[in-house]
Amino acid sequence: MLEVEDIHTYYGESYVLQGISLRIDPGQVIGIVGRNGMGKTTLIRSIVGFTPPRRGHVRFKERDVTGWASNRVVALGLGLVPQGRRVFRSLSVRENLLVALRPGGRWTADGVMEIFPRLRERAESRAGNLSGGEQQMLAIARALVTNPDLLLMDEPTEGLAPLLVREVGHVIERLKADGLSILLVEQNLPLALRLADHLHVLSRGRIVHSGPPDSLAHDSEVRSRYLGL
Amino acid sequence: MEFWVTQLFNGVSYGALLFLLAGGLSLIFGMMRIVNMTHGSHYLLGAYLALTFLTRTGSYVLALLGGALAIAVLGVIEWDRFLQGLRGQELAQVLTTMGLALIFQDLALVTWGGDPYNLKIPAVLSGKYHLGTFFFPVYRVFIIVVALGVAVVLWLVVERTRVGAMMRATVDDAEMARGVGINVSGISLGVFALGAALAAVAGVVAGGFLGIYPGADFEILSYAFVVVIVGGLGSLRGALIGSLLVGLLDNFGKALFPELSYFTLFAPMAAILAVRPTGLFGRA
Ligand SMILES: Nc1ncnc2c1ncn2[C@@H]1O[C@H](COP(=O)(O)OP(=O)(O)OP(=O)(O)O)[C@@H](O)[C@H]1O
Ligand SMILES: [Mg+2]
Repeated sequence: MLEVEDIHTYYGESYVLQGISLRIDPGQVIGIVGRNGMGKTTLIRSIVGFTPPRRGHVRFKERDVTGWASNRVVALGLGLVPQGRRVFRSLSVRENLLVALRPGGRWTADGVMEIFPRLRERAESRAGNLSGGEQQMLAIARALVTNPDLLLMDEPTEGLAPLLVREVGHVIERLKADGLSILLVEQNLPLALRLADHLHVLSRGRIVHSGPPDSLAHDSEVRSRYLGL
Repeated sequence: MEFWVTQLFNGVSYGALLFLLAGGLSLIFGMMRIVNMTHGSHYLLGAYLALTFLTRTGSYVLALLGGALAIAVLGVIEWDRFLQGLRGQELAQVLTTMGLALIFQDLALVTWGGDPYNLKIPAVLSGKYHLGTFFFPVYRVFIIVVALGVAVVLWLVVERTRVGAMMRATVDDAEMARGVGINVSGISLGVFALGAALAAVAGVVAGGFLGIYPGADFEILSYAFVVVIVGGLGSLRGALIGSLLVGLLDNFGKALFPELSYFTLFAPMAAILAVRPTGLFGRA
């Protein structure tokens, strides 16, 4: 599904991703954990093409998409739930879904409103007027209506109340049960351990530990060194 | 009384022309944030081309459409060759389009010479409507109708269609617009071409009553930017109100205080911007 091959990504002179490789097979949920500023979002940005890597390759569905315009990568089947939600604030909820809609797949605007009933109630509201939780639902729904084969989620539970964290967790579980491949960046370690099939720990732009959830759950040394737990 | 009604009507019809001119710039600069100094060139070249088409074909409609279409194609070329790579670099956009505008000015001078022309308007649009003791030139009524039509169509496209929603999404967050699959480059190209064509339409329409002459491109360029900035970047309603305001101020200024007309036009504009830096309807 996705192969990231030794990518090196910079912001100007600042060298952030220092050689990251990973792969995601169909139906897998891969978790990325790590402390603030370690390069998790930069990894997502490199894959979707917002900040293309200077060296290395991103291969998605057997195509080398390194350096492609992001909209082409998305059209190929990559969905993005960005950090900070980034809904289109001046558009209504319905319009947020409309502009992202890529018909011909499992998800329609009506379909996502089934799993997020709040969005149906607020369909005509400006997205900028939604609560943080509602905006997060919208950001997920907006990515789903692009009918992705792989979903990139960057801290989908950040800043949410515990009840909403659980709801987002359930949604991700459901998507996983549907067979969707997911790259999940998450600071909430219990959630990441529960949802991911495999985890990578990121520190200063490198992967410093990889393994199934068990390995991390039991490795208190890695947890304290790289996650501050 | 008659003076006021006539001047009011003239001001409104001039404002309508300004809206034709500024509506396109409102999309190009106000929404997509491309600083386009060739907007005046599109106006003037559109008028000159229509003049040539009119002499060749004798049809006003063909001349109008031909001028608009040719300028749309020119807009596509400009965007594709020069502006595509300058996304977000305002200074580079200013310098590039300014350079192009100067080249277009010279090309126009070489092709059509330095004499002023008037675009002959069709018989159906000449004459006057009589209303009691007042006379309203048909042509100026025509301009108001065209401008209203364009305003309604633009508004519907931007506010009520999927492409319009994609434009607004791009304005909100261009990177994220790409991130949900919106072809931002394609949209920006389309907007640029449409805006260019609208400027050409304005030039053709103006050719029938302001005339076509060297220098008109830069003369109206400042008006177009004033309207868009005073109306508020990204707001079509702002461009419409701004056009009417500038049209009325310019008209009454010239009629009442001819020697102060620039002052009566630009002082209120400066005052508006001092109070509301984002313009009348700016999204900030
Ligand atoms: N646009 C940018 N320009 C310059 N440096 C940046 C930019 N964005 C991020 N950085 C830097 O790159 C490094 C990695 O940032 P990144 O956002 O990828 O971290 P993160 O792991 O996602 O952190 P968080 O958990 O806070 O979201 C940080 O040192 C950050 O300061
Ligand atoms: Mg981050």
